[in-house]
Amino acid sequence: MNSIENVSRRGFLKVAGFSGGAFVLGMNLPMSTAQAKSATAAFSHELNFFVSIASDSQVTLVCHRSEMGQGIRTSVPQIIAEELEADWLKVSVVQAKADSKYGSQGTAGSASIRNHFTSIRQIGAVAREMLEQAAANIWQVQRSSVKAEKHFVIHTATGEKISFGELASHAAKLTPPDAKKVKLKNNADFSLIGKDVKLVDLDNIVAGKAQYAQDIQLPDMLIATIVRPPVVGGKVLSFDASEALKIKGVVDVIALKPRSIPVTTNPLSGIAVLANNTWAALEGRKKLKIKWQHGDKASHNSNEFGKQLAKQVNQQGETVAKKGDIYNHQYNDKNTLEATYTVPYINHSPMETPAATAIVNGKKCTIWAGTQNPQWAKGNVAGELGLKKDEHDNIELNVTLMGGAFGRKSKADFIIEAVELAKATKRPVKVIWSREDDIQHGFYHSISANYCKAELTDNGSADYWVSRNAYPPIGWLWNAEAKTPTDNQLALGFGDIPFALNNLSIEKHAVDSFVRPGWVRSVACINNGFALGSFVDELAVKAKLPTRQLWLNLLGDDRHVDPNKNGFKYSNYNLDLADHPLDTKRMKDLINLISDKAKVEQKLPENQGWGISFLRSFGSFVAAATKVEVVNNKVTVLEMHTAVDCGIVVTPDRVKAQMEGAMIFGLSIALMGEISVKEGKVQQSNFHDSPVTRMNQVPEMHVHIVESDAPPGGIGEPGVPPIAPSITNAIFHASKTRIRDLPVNKVFTV
Amino acid sequence: MIKITLNNKPVELNVDPQMPLLYALRDELKLTGTKFGCGAGQCGACTVHVNGVAMRSCITPISAIAEQAITTIEGLADNNGKLGESAVQVAWREFKVPQCGYCQSGQMMSAAALLKAIPQPTDEQIIEHMQGNICRCGTYKRIKAAIKSAATNLTVTANSINKHNGVEIFDARQFANKNQGA
Repeated sequence: MNSIENVSRRGFLKVAGFSGGAFVLGMNLPMSTAQAKSATAAFSHELNFFVSIASDSQVTLVCHRSEMGQGIRTSVPQIIAEELEADWLKVSVVQAKADSKYGSQGTAGSASIRNHFTSIRQIGAVAREMLEQAAANIWQVQRSSVKAEKHFVIHTATGEKISFGELASHAAKLTPPDAKKVKLKNNADFSLIGKDVKLVDLDNIVAGKAQYAQDIQLPDMLIATIVRPPVVGGKVLSFDASEALKIKGVVDVIALKPRSIPVTTNPLSGIAVLANNTWAALEGRKKLKIKWQHGDKASHNSNEFGKQLAKQVNQQGETVAKKGDIYNHQYNDKNTLEATYTVPYINHSPMETPAATAIVNGKKCTIWAGTQNPQWAKGNVAGELGLKKDEHDNIELNVTLMGGAFGRKSKADFIIEAVELAKATKRPVKVIWSREDDIQHGFYHSISANYCKAELTDNGSADYWVSRNAYPPIGWLWNAEAKTPTDNQLALGFGDIPFALNNLSIEKHAVDSFVRPGWVRSVACINNGFALGSFVDELAVKAKLPTRQLWLNLLGDDRHVDPNKNGFKYSNYNLDLADHPLDTKRMKDLINLISDKAKVEQKLPENQGWGISFLRSFGSFVAAATKVEVVNNKVTVLEMHTAVDCGIVVTPDRVKAQMEGAMIFGLSIALMGEISVKEGKVQQSNFHDSPVTRMNQVPEMHVHIVESDAPPGGIGEPGVPPIAPSITNAIFHASKTRIRDLPVNKVFTV
Repeated sequence: MIKITLNNKPVELNVDPQMPLLYALRDELKLTGTKFGCGAGQCGACTVHVNGVAMRSCITPISAIAEQAITTIEGLADNNGKLGESAVQVAWREFKVPQCGYCQSGQMMSAAALLKAIPQPTDEQIIEHMQGNICRCGTYKRIKAAIKSAATNLTVTANSINKHNGVEIFDARQFANKNQGA
């Protein structure tokens, strides 16, 4: 069950024939270990790229999506095993290398299950039908008279059965059926989906045996640490490596090739110190003397920039979506509310800093990296090595476990660094990032300002709604002229406001970029969700209504909202609106559920308050409720609830775990997660000045999962957006202090 | 040449005496269960035991722990010496604590040291002892629950455990000074 061999099926079979090419994650002598293992294993039959069955009935399933803590190495095989009718205790899991034959491997946007549920099921169902056909052939009966059940195919009339292991060689010779035509199970017949199976990596993690990118050890390997330009776009003017080279164990000091703007996902360049061990590399690094040319991004000061964005969103922007006419309306000041919300730059700070190991041998390249985007990284590396299209498979990219990622490891910059240095030294090179590197050279959640305006109506709702935002767009990475987010990016809790409004204007602003923007867990839903959730609470206060009631009134009748009707090209996270509608009933049910479960309208002691919020994102609906106490200018979070409606649940305990984790991630964002920039340089350096939530700040926590037969939504990110506004709303109800500018620790002790 | 006892076995290290234990474990001894998280003693990912006390190996030079008994996650065992079956590891599996798992070696080493010193910790004692260990995935609730469960399971054998007077996070620099003094 806990096999973590990092071998593609093809690679696995090759090893079985002793032709080499495979690697057992983290072992020093990959070839001999893999060979020894496969030499004793029963012969394996490949039914498709994902499913192999050995003659002893052991099933090996490939997980093609990357593991960063969300449990996908359990959930993907669990779905395949469900349709395959495999016995979970006889399943082992192998991690796919980067290979387009697996289809999408990009593990981002909470997309693995919400976008690929059906296709992953089809993988198992195709293999099951092949096994059933093989049995039918043996019994010389129609396939309809046999049935796969828990690792056997049964002849329904006689009860006779043949094991998967006995059928595997026959099944492997059959032509696979059309994946689109195979019969998938009825939800009611699920025996694995929706059940908590044994987690694939749990035992190895608990034993300290799980292997991450930082853990790769190869013979003759050099360890590299890189001093990067402190300002994005900066260049090395000159450097002196003489003292660094005197450190025992330092082997080389190499200037990485200069890079330019647009920065793309390339490395930032800089000076690398390569040594026989990590300590020597770090000591050598301290001795480097480098003169920098900082470039024009050195003009950037995030404090002033944030104020500028806030000013900007108080002006009319470019229309994103529109209904009715707000600009020829005479707002009644008494019933009108305007508010500007700001969120700082935020770093991912995964506990495992980026790391990658590469070997480059002429046009051949082998890589071990924790990457959310194996195929994209492989393409980037091919570009770096100048490989032609038909030479891309010269690159073998092994995907390791990631010690957290949160979006950071979707970018291949650290992998390209390893390739560049391995090519230069002709030795295996592991690039490791220090915590300071991670905090100061990240791809940050963009600093942002959001503006909301609305007028309360007589029936306890609101109209004449304006939402605006301004933030450096991710598109700047590839196009230095990009100044506004695309419609896809504006679909994240902004262009998809689900309220029953007759008059609405959603607008964006053009903004320059100064540091590398990135996708941080829930992306622009962080700032858009903070603004929306805060503003509804502020409106409720103004209307003297419970916040729950204002949410219900704003959402209005049960209906499916179509943002396209407001002239907004709504991408709905690449989900079909018919399958994944903006269903106001599900939204209202969830807001009622969270309010009832947390008892948010209960009378509280003085200095305590409840706050709620909600956002539908990545195809899932999540509401949050938080209770805080504010005493002597100190905020203590006492209790948090999250309610999630994500449709069909595959692995319930991991959904719960993601919701628990999202509360903690949201706490960090709300209370203290600020990255500030002065003269183009990130001011923070390690956890002492870039703190994240610690155990002493953790409240009592509850997760409520709604049972549903709806198609699955995402789960890695949707838990995050409602957390920060639920906290700041609670702070308001406890203290009458409204926090519109995150993080909270600018005002309160946390 | 510095000698230590590592997971009950004698080990000789021929490295720069100033090299922190973390890198000696990972680069020289290829024991990668102990993780790098911050390099500054701030996150606890690198926690190991020195004579049963939790210590941040990323800021502890090898010279400070000469002749001492070091335990890493790979050497964590139950009272009968069965590897991987310490009370915290059993509880960690039961509560499915890990998400990405990267910080969990350090979390378990800190938790095991806590239970060694205080077999029945209060919530406050758990928080006080564990707040030096960061988990970015946010598994704190389960860590707390697992420690309590492990404590309950340990009750039976609590009297046989060597008790310390209190919990301390091992400060390598102080230790080094003391050692030099001796």
